[in-house]
Amino acid sequence: MSQRESAERRTSKPSQTEEAAQTPAESAATTDLDSDIDSILDEIDSVLEENAEDFVKSFVQKGGQ
Amino acid sequence: MSVHRVMGIETEYGITVPGHPTMNAMVSSTHIVNAYAQEVIAAGRRKARWDYDLESPLRDARGFDMSRAEADPSQLTDDDLGLANVVLTNGARLYVDHAHPEYSAPEVTNPRDAALWDRAGVRVMERASTLASRSGSTPPILLYKNNTDNKGASYGTHENYLMRRTTPFSDIVRHLTPFFITRQVFTGSGRLGVGQEGRSMRYQLTQRADFFEVEVGLETTLKRPIINTRDEPHADPEKYRRLHVIVGDANLCDVATYLKMGTTSIILAMIEDGALDQADLTPRNPVREMHAVSHDTTLQHRLVMNDGSRRTAIEIQEHLCTLARAYCAQQAGGDIDEQTLDVLDRWSATLSGLAADPMTCATTVDWVAKLALLEEYRARDGLDWSAHRLQAIDLQYSDVRRDKGLAARLEARGRLARLFTDDEVDRAMHRPPHDTRAYFRGECLRRYPEQVAAASWDSVVFDIPGQESLLRVPTLEPLRGTREHVGALLDASPTPQELIAALSVST
Repeated sequence: MSQRESAERRTSKPSQTEEAAQTPAESAATTDLDSDIDSILDEIDSVLEENAEDFVKSFVQKGGQ
Repeated sequence: MSVHRVMGIETEYGITVPGHPTMNAMVSSTHIVNAYAQEVIAAGRRKARWDYDLESPLRDARGFDMSRAEADPSQLTDDDLGLANVVLTNGARLYVDHAHPEYSAPEVTNPRDAALWDRAGVRVMERASTLASRSGSTPPILLYKNNTDNKGASYGTHENYLMRRTTPFSDIVRHLTPFFITRQVFTGSGRLGVGQEGRSMRYQLTQRADFFEVEVGLETTLKRPIINTRDEPHADPEKYRRLHVIVGDANLCDVATYLKMGTTSIILAMIEDGALDQADLTPRNPVREMHAVSHDTTLQHRLVMNDGSRRTAIEIQEHLCTLARAYCAQQAGGDIDEQTLDVLDRWSATLSGLAADPMTCATTVDWVAKLALLEEYRARDGLDWSAHRLQAIDLQYSDVRRDKGLAARLEARGRLARLFTDDEVDRAMHRPPHDTRAYFRGECLRRYPEQVAAASWDSVVFDIPGQESLLRVPTLEPLRGTREHVGALLDASPTPQELIAALSVST
């Protein structure tokens, strides 16, 4: 399984028919998970260094052990 | 026999000064070490220097050190900068090494304590960074617990394990090599970038694998070997070897550190007792396989063994884990101690989880935790793997600041498991483990702040008022100087004079 495939498998949202087939509890759990993921990504947006390209490019280290 | 043995972790931290890309990393690292040292001095003690040399006259060195403490770091010459070095009351050493600030944790006797005092080191670095910025003598300095800049440089997280001197080194090489190559599946911290310079923007299990080029050797900074032969026990060399392990990543997750140290310690016990002599798990090309295992996030890569058979890293680990459980049970007469049993259980559960679906290990394995985050980000924003924001996430995962570091943010949300409370970590920043010589070192610094002139792994040097020369107390035996051994003596000795008098009677 490639990374891309595994990403799709994990993050693909259920289709409408699948959603209809879910019990209310399952649906609520999925919504909680989605909102939890959304909120951590929002948080990361807020703490991530502002200019990602500059930040990455300027992170230059001297070799160590 | 178990996970228990003398061990410790030393970590060189990545360092950067935002907006000042040309800032000299040795100067910045010196600011970090000195800022923390200044707080220690402000708290009422002198800065005990590192006791480098058993031969050189200490009085001169000490005078030199005193003037250093008063100097502004910017006034120090390059020679001085190389010496920024302080011993902490938790028994650790904080210093500048190869243009990185390094925290060498105190010696401990088990993997749980190794993880705790390693975690304390992250807090020490966070505190040092805050203090350096507050001092006004440098622009803000950021620190990262990672091992590469993705541009060709790598810096180390080294594990140290005390071993019996009598174990043939060839046995260590033979049995440890396959273990190190395959343990990457649960010890890796994850890296976005393949190749030493990270030219290929793919995700791999470890920070370090691509920097290893040979099987065995003494080097640590170039042509890095899977098995390092440095032989400097900091203890009685007749009895002990200190195995210096340089293949590992800096882990952010407590569980990953704990499992890395615990499983390695068990494997070393098996090597010492000849329990792996029948196992032939050496791959035909260890260096190439080390890279291949790290590059395969599906964990399906099959290593080619010496006998031509093929096995996945997880299959090799499962085999070792099964042998380890049988060995520990046999050694302990069926009554395996609690921590050893916990390591064995977590080890087998982690391997089963990784085999079924790596994502089930997202709370305990760093590379999986980071990959999960990157995948979520990619899915939301439709990002390609070459996106700078993904590279920024890879870096910022290891930022030591609790409000900015992404591993810390994941922990705060319960998405990364913790082993320790904040109180335990705070205590470990200042207090030593009680069951090694680090106890004596740290407690002497805490109790007699004015009279400890220097210290090292195997010595504490006192400057007793009225005495002509300094007095060195050797601590060559890592399991002496414990609380059990000297706690009562320390309690009964309000001054170092009394301590030394008592020590000379008792030893």
